[in-house]
Amino acid sequence: MHAVPVRPGLFTEGESPHLLGSRCRACGAHSFPRADTCSYCSSDGTEAVELSARGRLWAWTAVTTAPPGYRGDVPYGLGVVELPEGVRVVTRLTEADPARLAAGQDVEMVLVSLHRDEDGQRVLGYAFAPRDEATDAAPGDAVAGVAGGRAGAP
Amino acid sequence: MSAVDVAGVGIHPFGRFEDRTITDMGVVAVRAALAEAGVGRGGFQAAFCGTAYGGVASGHKVLSRLGLTGMPIVDVEAGCASGSAALMLAAQSIRGGAHDTVLVFGIEKMPKGMIRSSFFEPWQEDTGLAATPAYFALRAQRLMHTSGVTKDHLAAVVVKNRRHGVANPDAMFRREVDADAVLGSRVVCEPLHLWMLCSPNEGAAAVVLTRGDATRAGTARGSVRLRAAVVRSHLPGSVLSESTPMSGLVDDAVAAPTTLAATAAFEEAGVGPADLDVVECQDTDAARELLSYEELGLCEPGGSGAMIDEGATSFGGRLPVNTSGGLLSKGEPLGASALGQIVELVRQLRGEAANQVEGARLALAHTVGRGANAGVVVLSR
Repeated sequence: MHAVPVRPGLFTEGESPHLLGSRCRACGAHSFPRADTCSYCSSDGTEAVELSARGRLWAWTAVTTAPPGYRGDVPYGLGVVELPEGVRVVTRLTEADPARLAAGQDVEMVLVSLHRDEDGQRVLGYAFAPRDEATDAAPGDAVAGVAGGRAGAP
Repeated sequence: MSAVDVAGVGIHPFGRFEDRTITDMGVVAVRAALAEAGVGRGGFQAAFCGTAYGGVASGHKVLSRLGLTGMPIVDVEAGCASGSAALMLAAQSIRGGAHDTVLVFGIEKMPKGMIRSSFFEPWQEDTGLAATPAYFALRAQRLMHTSGVTKDHLAAVVVKNRRHGVANPDAMFRREVDADAVLGSRVVCEPLHLWMLCSPNEGAAAVVLTRGDATRAGTARGSVRLRAAVVRSHLPGSVLSESTPMSGLVDDAVAAPTTLAATAAFEEAGVGPADLDVVECQDTDAARELLSYEELGLCEPGGSGAMIDEGATSFGGRLPVNTSGGLLSKGEPLGASALGQIVELVRQLRGEAANQVEGARLALAHTVGRGANAGVVVLSR
């Protein structure tokens, strides 16, 4: 069965996925999602980069009620991770129990199944998983939704 | 520049009114404010209407019902600060000499449940990132981390505001709650429990502004001066700013939009936080109120938990905050909520409030929400 990204241009797929961001040639700041203009210094000279797949957890919570427009399962984790580029990114988390997360925890990006579209294809989104969880699952399993299995489509 | 006075205020209660349209509620609030100000047809030269969900020509529909049209009517959307932005534009038009008297009103009829906002893109909804309370929760968690705020502090904010709300006939919730009940309500997004979040709802509020030296009726109620009405947006860089970006810098020194608005408003009014007698602030959730204490400069950074512990912001305390019951008691009709604060503070400064702060002379209203939009209004007797 095919899988499609929730939106093209957000992340790379494959064995070691990365978020697609941009780096400003003028001020050096990184941002996500990718943009032609720098949202910090208004320069239009940005370059496309793959952001680091590993970072540290900075803030986290869990969503217990499906928000408007969301077609997947609840609960799921939501938080902010800090990447080595000096950027903080808002992300889904594979861990939906806030008590099992901690400030500064090592996390790694994975792809998760969000829901199935009208054609039965799995729709893939990005998430971050605690490193122990991410490394326990082979990359292929993560794509198959193991890392984010509780939030995956059947 | 001309001084600006508040000549009249009016409100339609905040709550759920299945038999009333947004226009019906606007008519009630506008009529009440105009009556207080002694202003009728031809008595105001412009109208600004704050609304976020009202749709096309919402303000026109209210004034058409009253036959009070012909002047410019401008709808203003600035999220939770829509009413603040409408007030700012009205005050500026009087200060600049364009008008003598301006009507400002805010109206809203929110859908029930978690708000679906056109702010988010479809991929964000699909990914589960359009969860507005989750951003409140992340901000609450960071405040707990940086300021030593605990869940008990969050519960104390709810207990305080719900206690204040009992006396407010225009509030949606008028029953006291205790901390155990707040902490016993279900977790929406850790650390926020259901009762720590305000309810989006319905309502309307209106304010009539006049040039300070204009001849007006209704002065028997006591003169209230608008000292500053400021709106600011966010500076780039803060990932948990109300602008709700998907990324930000590893930089905790970016000034919050609330701080930007407060700094400008205090400068314009020539006063500081220590001069205030009563405050209405954005309590979309319990942590937001505590964060507001810090961002407005009502306490030192990190001091918000102690401030609620000491009872400083309770009715009867050193600086009562949300004597109306706040959004936690009233609910939040986005376009009307900021002007609802003005109604409460004008009544405080006239000595007419339900929870009257004795001798109140200087008051501050604060709203902040998506955009980012932060509004700070300073009023004095």
